[in-house]
Amino acid sequence: MNASYLTSILIWLPIAGAVLIWLLPLSRYATGALALLISFAEVGFWIKQAAHFDFSQPGLQMSERANWFGELGVSYHVGVYGFSLWLVGLTVVGMAACTGYGFWVGRERPRAYFGLMLLLTGATVGVFEAQDLLLFYAFFEAMLIPLYILIGVWGGARRTEATIKFVIYTMAGSLIMLAAIVSYGLKAGTFDLVDGPASASRWLFLGFMLAFVIKAPLFPFHGWLPEAYREAPPEIAAVLSGVIAKAGLYGMLRIAITKFPDPTSYYRTTVLALAAAALVYGSLLAFRAPDFRGVVAYSSLAQSGLITLGLFAGTDLGFDGAVLQMVAHGLISISLFLIAGAVERRTSTGEFRLLGGMARGRPALATLLMTVGVISLAVPGSASFAGEFLILAGVFQRDWWWAAIGAGAIVLAAMYMLRLISAVLHEARGSTVSDAALDLRPGELALVVPLVAGLLFLSAWPAGISHHSFFGPSPAAAVKSGFK
Amino acid sequence: MTLNTPYIDWFGLSPVLTLIGTAFAALLCAVLVPRAVRRIAAASISAIGFTAGIVLAVWLYVDSASGHTIAAGAYYRDRWTSLGQVIIFAVGLGTTLLAVEHVPGWGREADRARRDDHVAEFFALLLASAAGMAFFVGSANLITLFLSLEWFSIALYVMCAIDYDLEGALEAGLKYLVVGSFGAATLLFGSALVYGATGTVSFGGIASAISSQGLTGDTFVVVGIALMVAGLGFKMSAAPFHMWTPDVYEGAPTTVTAWMSSATKVAALLLTFRVMTTAFPDNQHLWGWAFAIIATISLAIGNFAALVQNNVKRILAYSAIAQAGFMLIGLSTGSALGGRALMYYLIPYAASAFGTFAIVAARERELGVPVTLDNLAGFGWERPFLGVAMWFFVFGFAGLPLTGGFVGKFYVFAAAYDAGWAWLVIVGVLATLVSLYYYLGIVRAMYMRGPEELQLQPGGVAVSGGAPAKETLLQLAVGAALVVAVGSLFAVEPLITLARHAVSSLPV
Repeated sequence: MNASYLTSILIWLPIAGAVLIWLLPLSRYATGALALLISFAEVGFWIKQAAHFDFSQPGLQMSERANWFGELGVSYHVGVYGFSLWLVGLTVVGMAACTGYGFWVGRERPRAYFGLMLLLTGATVGVFEAQDLLLFYAFFEAMLIPLYILIGVWGGARRTEATIKFVIYTMAGSLIMLAAIVSYGLKAGTFDLVDGPASASRWLFLGFMLAFVIKAPLFPFHGWLPEAYREAPPEIAAVLSGVIAKAGLYGMLRIAITKFPDPTSYYRTTVLALAAAALVYGSLLAFRAPDFRGVVAYSSLAQSGLITLGLFAGTDLGFDGAVLQMVAHGLISISLFLIAGAVERRTSTGEFRLLGGMARGRPALATLLMTVGVISLAVPGSASFAGEFLILAGVFQRDWWWAAIGAGAIVLAAMYMLRLISAVLHEARGSTVSDAALDLRPGELALVVPLVAGLLFLSAWPAGISHHSFFGPSPAAAVKSGFK
Repeated sequence: MTLNTPYIDWFGLSPVLTLIGTAFAALLCAVLVPRAVRRIAAASISAIGFTAGIVLAVWLYVDSASGHTIAAGAYYRDRWTSLGQVIIFAVGLGTTLLAVEHVPGWGREADRARRDDHVAEFFALLLASAAGMAFFVGSANLITLFLSLEWFSIALYVMCAIDYDLEGALEAGLKYLVVGSFGAATLLFGSALVYGATGTVSFGGIASAISSQGLTGDTFVVVGIALMVAGLGFKMSAAPFHMWTPDVYEGAPTTVTAWMSSATKVAALLLTFRVMTTAFPDNQHLWGWAFAIIATISLAIGNFAALVQNNVKRILAYSAIAQAGFMLIGLSTGSALGGRALMYYLIPYAASAFGTFAIVAARERELGVPVTLDNLAGFGWERPFLGVAMWFFVFGFAGLPLTGGFVGKFYVFAAAYDAGWAWLVIVGVLATLVSLYYYLGIVRAMYMRGPEELQLQPGGVAVSGGAPAKETLLQLAVGAALVVAVGSLFAVEPLITLARHAVSSLPV
């Protein structure tokens, strides 16, 4: 059955919703409810898309194509592959949870806020579905605009520096990518990602990679990360690390590795080294971070490094594990940032020295944070254990010492995550934790529990993603063929 | 004795003639129409003139598939002319809407007895300058080129200074007059040298003379081209010929700035592309490099100077210089692709430049003081529509995919890359990065500081309490500009087709 209209709907429904919210003079409550309704509709459409997706069929599915400007071979071309399907799912689910969080805490200026959240949803889905380089670039940039305003208006005290750093860093990368796109597309005669030929140009590869490693981010391009994650409202930080960062990793897979096979192998060691550095350095910083969000922020850096290890291992197991870990870590970091937000609302701080002892009398908070934390540190049987194991096995096939570094870093993950759990939940009661601070309310539970349920489901059946991301028995062969 | 008058294709000249006619009619309003209805009468005439001009220009576009010169080789009747005229007249129509509520002096506190003093002359000058620009884009020889340049420039000099109560307006007018005359003189001197070397004034004739007599390296031709490039550079406010731009844009009434920053640039860039490709195709290696370097300097000076400004009109003036740099990238390639890129870029650019100044005008009328980044505080929340329009425009300038500015940049880069100038792409990319800082700064000023942070300079007359005035016509103009700017992002193919037809009438 032809369900390709779903691909476009997933992009344009939230954008249309944003315009609607800006035009209609609705009350605060009605605005939030409408935005949430649209987010749920997105999840519904995605479920329908997943139901119609045929995993036994190679190539692009549910594609739609329309001329944008034919003279240069640029078109509106969208469609999904297995792995993009999962990332779209992560986006719509994550954005629904974060929009719900914004509704729950009652953000000021609701029409602007919810409109921008929907705009962000549409743009991010667009990144994962675009099959034309310029369209991809347009959505990649379009994500930045709502993020800039969301952090800049609703963020913390030092939001101005945070937004400037964030935007200038990411735009520096993406503008270089634009130059690379122009060069690649004009040489190839088309900007289409499916039809476009592979290129052997190392310069172009580096141009694309720069944008992706800044977005992901990888060491040493993560300068924007700590401030952006700390100053953003918690739900925006959740989106940033859970969803937006994945756009950079997705770009590596879909464009850098697929379209530039020779430069990929030429620079493989360099990228793997940067990824390993990000993994180790991020884990160490997370262990030293003095606050809740700092730990999650630096652990995101570490996880981006780990996923990049999987992608650039270039082996079957590496690719499978990377996609699984993208989704698993996305869910984990969204849950953690939302819980961080809940803690900060109750204590007005995220600093460990002022926190502690929150488990007593708050069973829901304690259970959820424990569950997510334990999944996050890759306890055997969890989704991220499956992901990390696949990645390490994949990179082991490349060279054993990469796996050794990775395995070492995973021990660090256990250290920083247990430190986080004990600093928030256990130890002596912190000075800011009062008895008046309630346990998680039903509204908050309704946002976080589904995410954790998703994680538990993936823990039970990681093959749901890892065996359903690439066509055929060998992901590496699928990547090599350009997903034809 | 019989006088042989050439055959005149009146229909081909009709857009220009219509505007001249309505300019006279508007001028008559100043003496014939009672003061009470003078403003609305003159504005109506102006709106009718621009609408009729657009209709005729569109008609001529359809009807002029094969471009040729008319009026004894003085004027091109082709699609390049017509499309340029449509853009100019559309901006003119927007400026008319903006000017209806324009009052001399600062805002609505101005002296009521004098607020309608020069309103009819204002519209007459607007129409006259538009007529001059319309003739300028179609001019086919050095005489009509210079004539029409002076024609619209003189109208603009007066428009800059028309609010003589306004601090800085007279200075702006005088500065523009002096620098503009210097530019015009440079152009004239260059034209004279080219005429001296080739013995002809028509663009086509110059090209054939240069190629048949082997004058490509001729000193007079080369110096002539250099002087013409400089003279035209003044009009398009490209660096290093930009010194007047920030002061004039800041000092002139904002309505006039909106008109100058978009329409003048359209006319100057389109004419320059025509003159260079038609008259000097064999010297492309010279003027191509010249414009590539001018583009680089404009991008550098425009963007870096904008970083340190606080007055929004000055920021936008430097941004206009930088935007000229981007368009010059397309121009400098001298290729058909470059021409299309230039023509396409001008559409969202003209809409956005007009729109941003219109929004500044709205804030200015509200506060009664020059608009700085500081007193934009809270603007985005108070006037949501204008705020959203502003961030669309400035993000579009920055090349983010909200308006056609995104595709325009891409097209210009593609043209440069196609011409083998990859370094120019890199320059453009770096310039865009720098420009982000001040474009984001405008958005930050509007949204990220509450109205309680609003600081007015002494003498400000902020509207105390109550909703700001509903300037319906201004909002309508901004809305139209927004539709054009955003629409051009989606309707790339149709616009490029129009541009392709327009370029096909040029010898590229």
